[in-house]
Amino acid sequence: MKPESISEPPLSGSSQSSDSTAVPESSDTFLQGVKDCLPTLLGYLSIGFAAGVVEKTAGLTLAEIALISIILYAGSAQFIAAGMIAAGSSASAIVVTILLVNLRHLLLSAALSPYFRHLTPLRNLLIGSLLTDETFGVAIQKSAARKQISERWMHGLNVTAYLNWFLANLAGAFFGQWIASPEQWGLDFALPAMFIGLLVLTIMGRRKYLLDITVGLIAMTVAVLVSVLWSPSMGVIAAAIIASTIGLVIERWK
Amino acid sequence: MEIRPDIFLIIFGAALVTFLPRVLPLMLLSRISIPDWGMRWLSYVPIAVMAALVAQELFLDGGKFAALSTNVELIAALPAFWVAIRTRSLLGTVVVGIVALMLLRMLF
Repeated sequence: MKPESISEPPLSGSSQSSDSTAVPESSDTFLQGVKDCLPTLLGYLSIGFAAGVVEKTAGLTLAEIALISIILYAGSAQFIAAGMIAAGSSASAIVVTILLVNLRHLLLSAALSPYFRHLTPLRNLLIGSLLTDETFGVAIQKSAARKQISERWMHGLNVTAYLNWFLANLAGAFFGQWIASPEQWGLDFALPAMFIGLLVLTIMGRRKYLLDITVGLIAMTVAVLVSVLWSPSMGVIAAAIIASTIGLVIERWK
Repeated sequence: MEIRPDIFLIIFGAALVTFLPRVLPLMLLSRISIPDWGMRWLSYVPIAVMAALVAQELFLDGGKFAALSTNVELIAALPAFWVAIRTRSLLGTVVVGIVALMLLRMLF
């Protein structure tokens, strides 16, 4: 059942170029967003599970784990929060670290913004509030060869990923009661392995291997150097800015 | 089943500073048009960010270089990369990475 969309105005003539008319309408529904999320569900289920275990072993209660997965909803930040809470860090140190780590969302959100120009700021707020590395990755692949992304499709993708994450965290928290050390089972590797998978999938999807691998290697070098010399959070920001700029320069002057 | 006040403060603060960078560019940049070079620059950002996060996880330990001789994570990353390239499966990559690290820690 496709909801009637009488209230939505048709696409403006100028933005409806030949490539967007070629796209079938069925690819823009909420349900299609749910379906496009499915391939990533199991991967994030395992990471959410690992996050739940790590949060539980860090001493968080079930209610706190539910809260953190609902209102923070960010894999790396939740791992970091659990680690720093267990280590007894101050609240301000934890919040500042997470701010810096999640500043990368500025860049992801900016990269998606051209595809949501047809929406009001308030509706873009709803799109952005559930933005993750994963939903960004799926959405940016969807954006190939089109000028805008469907709002309903994006909500379908976002809400599915969100519910999956919440359930995975709770499952991890539940089973975490019986897992004394997540390291023994390699569960602390869920996050780096996910980053490896997302990196490889993004590069393979773009088919600009030489340039992308160059950018990736520069980013790795900058990230490690800046992390050691300054701070890990600045390492990610510096790597993103420097490596992306070099990628753009090589592309222009090649 | 309880939420301690100090933990609530940490979670709420972390959630707020995560929420703002997520929504602000979408809300503001949608109003203006980004030039072509800006779009091309943004297209490299996801790769740079992911690569940076991978490098930090693999080469650093508590903000310092991890000793290469005892770095089992780096070895576990090899089968994870291989599976990611061959299968393009996020799940496969995560599972193989976890199992590889678990086996390596049993051995060393």
